[in-house]
Amino acid sequence: MKKTISITLNGERRSIDVSPSDILLDVLREKLGIKSPKIGCERGDCGVCTILYDGKTVRSCLILAIEADGHEITTVEGLGRDGLTPLQHAFVDRNAFQCGFCASGMVLAATELLRHNSHPDKKEIQEAISGNLCRCTGYEPIIEAVREVSRKAGKRS
Amino acid sequence: MTIARAFDYLKPASVAEAARALARYGDRGRLLAGGTDLISLMTEDIVRPEAVIDLKGIRGLDGVSLKDGALRIGSLATFSDIAESNVVRKKFPLIREMIGWVASNGIRHRATMAGNICSAVPCCDSGPILLVYDATVHVAGPKGKRKIPIAEWFTGPRKTSLHKGEVAVAITIPQPRRKHAGCFVKLRRYSGEDLAQASVTVMLFHGQSYRVAFGSVAPTPIRATPIEKLLEGKPITDALVASAVAMVPQIASPITDIRSSKEYRLHMLGVMLERALRAADSRFEGDGPEYGKELI
Repeated sequence: MKKTISITLNGERRSIDVSPSDILLDVLREKLGIKSPKIGCERGDCGVCTILYDGKTVRSCLILAIEADGHEITTVEGLGRDGLTPLQHAFVDRNAFQCGFCASGMVLAATELLRHNSHPDKKEIQEAISGNLCRCTGYEPIIEAVREVSRKAGKRS
Repeated sequence: MTIARAFDYLKPASVAEAARALARYGDRGRLLAGGTDLISLMTEDIVRPEAVIDLKGIRGLDGVSLKDGALRIGSLATFSDIAESNVVRKKFPLIREMIGWVASNGIRHRATMAGNICSAVPCCDSGPILLVYDATVHVAGPKGKRKIPIAEWFTGPRKTSLHKGEVAVAITIPQPRRKHAGCFVKLRRYSGEDLAQASVTVMLFHGQSYRVAFGSVAPTPIRATPIEKLLEGKPITDALVASAVAMVPQIASPITDIRSSKEYRLHMLGVMLERALRAADSRFEGDGPEYGKELI
């Protein structure tokens, strides 16, 4: 029982046929060519499949594609359409990822945080990325990258 | 990994339509709200429904509001919706404290409190909180509407007193009339996604009356009624706290599982009960740790 769903993906209207059993993460990666959300634990524990869904971070492994009909999805591909964001630059400058597997989710979780709170303290940053596991960096360079963006935002205002 | 088995996806526009669909499929139908529990169970092939009935097309099931002296939490209200609600910020700091320890943003933006108690796992964080507030679950089904007191809601691991075809539509939480303070303490291995190894919830009301609930240490979330009776009418002292802690093994019956041994759970339950009682007491006096502060 296929159904055609329409979503706004990184600013573009897209329609696609899905089955009820299709997971949103798989449809994004395999049918829509969006590879930044990664396949990790597939049970909501690790955060590598994080996307922005109507502007909020969610686990795309825990959503049926058919549920997404009419919703707006942003991934790292959409964030960086006009070049890297200041946060992404800070990640690069501080080598805030090594293998890169957690990076998409980390960037989206930190982007969401900075949209609501342009000057988070360390605890708030840790809380915002607590659902995103990183096995390389020890988290410190990631937290520093977010703080750097926060400091620069403070200078501009 | 896709879901291995095909199923029908229904998106009813009313509770009555959802209840009819649920009645038609019986045990083979599952309701979907946030999906953070159901989808992972389906991906892992633990739950194999023939129909998934998505409640998100029903108007009026969302929202968090204060009406007639009670907080109404619609079945589709996510933990984030609840935590961000102004009335919860101002009047129900204990609920906010609990939500702060539920997984992380990526789950809280999606998972609902109603879903949390419908999944009814022994470690569900909403259970003990709703128990100390004496909440009510409002359900609608083929035989009409009814209200289920939260004390009668949980009947076993993943079991509730919902009848076939019934849909939970809202949770109401009476706003305490007396001055009160509370504390929620959750033990887990790391912040982020981990489930509770054990949790303690305390509420203290003017007149030194107490409510205490435990999570993750019995087949369901439980009220620690014998401890409440012991504490009733007495001020918090070292001796009283020690007597309360000594009663923990009579009330809790934890198991050993992948997250913890039963001995560790029992020991830490006592430690957390002591901290929660002292924190609630000092919050009542206006000088306690701010809500949300990590106490363990």
